[in-house]
Amino acid sequence: MTVSPAAQELILAVVEVALVVGVLLGLFSVMTWVERRTLAFMQFRLGPNRTGPWGVLQPIADGIKLFFKEEVMPAAADRWAFLAAPVVAVTTALLAVAVLPYGPPFTLPRWVWPGWLQGRTLQIQIASIDVGLLFIFAVTALGVYAVVLAGWAANSKYSLLGGMRSSAQMFSYELALGLSWVGVIMVAGSFQIADIVGSQAGWFWHWNLIRQPPAFLVYFIAATAEVARIPFDLPEGETELVAGFHTEYSSMRFALLQMAEYINMITVSVLCTNLFLGGWNPGLPFLPATGILGFVWWGTKVSLLLFVFIWLRGTLPRFRYDQLMGFGWKVLIPVATAWILVTATAVAVHVRHLQVASR
Amino acid sequence: MPAMSHPAFVHHAVLLSLVLFALGTLGVFLRRNVITVLMCIELMLNGVNLAFAAFSRAAGTLDGQVLVFFVLVVAAAEAAVGLGIVIALHRHRDTLDLDAFHLMKG
Amino acid sequence: MMDAVLFYLFAALAVGSALVVIGQKNPMYSAFALIVTLCSVSVIFALLGSPFIAVLQVIVYAGAIMVLFLFVLMLLNVRREEEGARPQGGRVLQVVALALVALLGAQAAVVLLQVEPGPAPSFDASTRAMAAVLFSPRYLYVFEATSILILAALVGAVVLAKKEL
Repeated sequence: MTVSPAAQELILAVVEVALVVGVLLGLFSVMTWVERRTLAFMQFRLGPNRTGPWGVLQPIADGIKLFFKEEVMPAAADRWAFLAAPVVAVTTALLAVAVLPYGPPFTLPRWVWPGWLQGRTLQIQIASIDVGLLFIFAVTALGVYAVVLAGWAANSKYSLLGGMRSSAQMFSYELALGLSWVGVIMVAGSFQIADIVGSQAGWFWHWNLIRQPPAFLVYFIAATAEVARIPFDLPEGETELVAGFHTEYSSMRFALLQMAEYINMITVSVLCTNLFLGGWNPGLPFLPATGILGFVWWGTKVSLLLFVFIWLRGTLPRFRYDQLMGFGWKVLIPVATAWILVTATAVAVHVRHLQVASR
Repeated sequence: MPAMSHPAFVHHAVLLSLVLFALGTLGVFLRRNVITVLMCIELMLNGVNLAFAAFSRAAGTLDGQVLVFFVLVVAAAEAAVGLGIVIALHRHRDTLDLDAFHLMKG
Repeated sequence: MMDAVLFYLFAALAVGSALVVIGQKNPMYSAFALIVTLCSVSVIFALLGSPFIAVLQVIVYAGAIMVLFLFVLMLLNVRREEEGARPQGGRVLQVVALALVALLGAQAAVVLLQVEPGPAPSFDASTRAMAAVLFSPRYLYVFEATSILILAALVGAVVLAKKEL
């Protein structure tokens, strides 16, 4: 039975989508356990250790509990907005996932089962579009609406104010996030993330972490604020102070909001690895960058970044809202803009130098 | 981006832009809330953008796309200033009903 | 074929949510419907072969301008049943508006339906090509002028919305 090329593409696409989404959801539940244990160890306690050895079945227990919990909706709430907010959150989180490459290109060996897959070079990336990074920016911009909807739907003044403050935080730091990418895009010459990883091949001083340190710092800080992790987690911290924007949510809707947050965190870490830490390139040119070892380098970097996010959560206190907004607008955006000017000058001089040299 | 193979797309895109523009015009005529009227103006601008993009595709040049870019920028500026005016109006009259702002009538 | 299905689907979605924008009593729901319209139009831009302005539409329009609208709506705490009994101007204006719009639609439809669709020429609207046109001497001055426009709008919006100058 021969499979037509169109059917081959379709099967590969479906398998890729299932793989990426499945691994992400599995990673989400593993991350909840990792986070709770790591935070506990940092705080001199043990964390979940009763359900299964070392508490590894804790996420499953949490899932079962949340599944059977009662769904509460406030009587005066706006029904459609209340129902729509978690949906928008998860949809935008999963859309951003679609244009990232998850590892290097790898060649399938000769002995795989479907004949048309033998020896084929694949890369785990659901969609490779021309304007990849801009698409992620667009989807992140749409993610603000989840917070706005959730804040407004609960029909209480505190919830509304909380929602407005956190959405203001999100789109302020989004600007700095986008600006930090511009230097990286100029150096790589393309919006596609696979090309940007390719521009960091070779020695580790080709990584954008070394070539563009201010962009990396701005990106990391803006990404932490974008995902609303500590020290920028005023949207969540408000649950302790006054009503935050997701107080009225219970059971599966709350789980969806949490899932969206963790998937955003994973997306941001994968993006940081690909844009600044060289992706699947080891820092040394004599080590291979494709195949299984490429996955090892890439996975190590992503795990390291996720650990840094958890580490920050266990260590730093929270920013006040005016400190947060002042920092975003008055420090990060000017630094990012100045760095764009510097990078643009350097790229222009380099290009002119190349033109002169080739004459 | 793969170009579309169906030959009538540009046509139907222009028809769609006409429908959006007409709906926006209807909204501007018929609604009373100032912010809703501003939103219907944005709808009209979107119809125009779609027409630009469709004609740019039909002609094969990029001038239409550049014009879409500029219309986007101008729409952003107009929305910001328009909403500032709305806030100032609300502060003075405490209503957003267009019929209430008739001081210069007659 | 897939393109055709997507095009008609998102065109229908755009028209449907546009109807909600102009018909819905609650301005918040109109704003949400407008966001849906903007995203559908963005998809149609992408189907027309222009990925750059498709993404730009979502970033600028749906991601920034509509957030501004929603913030103002929430700040002014627009009552949920804002619209009064009748639309502005009375019945006569309603009928006149509908007649004008119908006339506009009929004129344009007559013209459009007479022309036969020809094959669209090949089209490269990648970001590189867009940048080449945007920064060419033809549009460079306009591009710089828009930056001054945005500065003026920024200052204007801040001044207009302040409690006291």
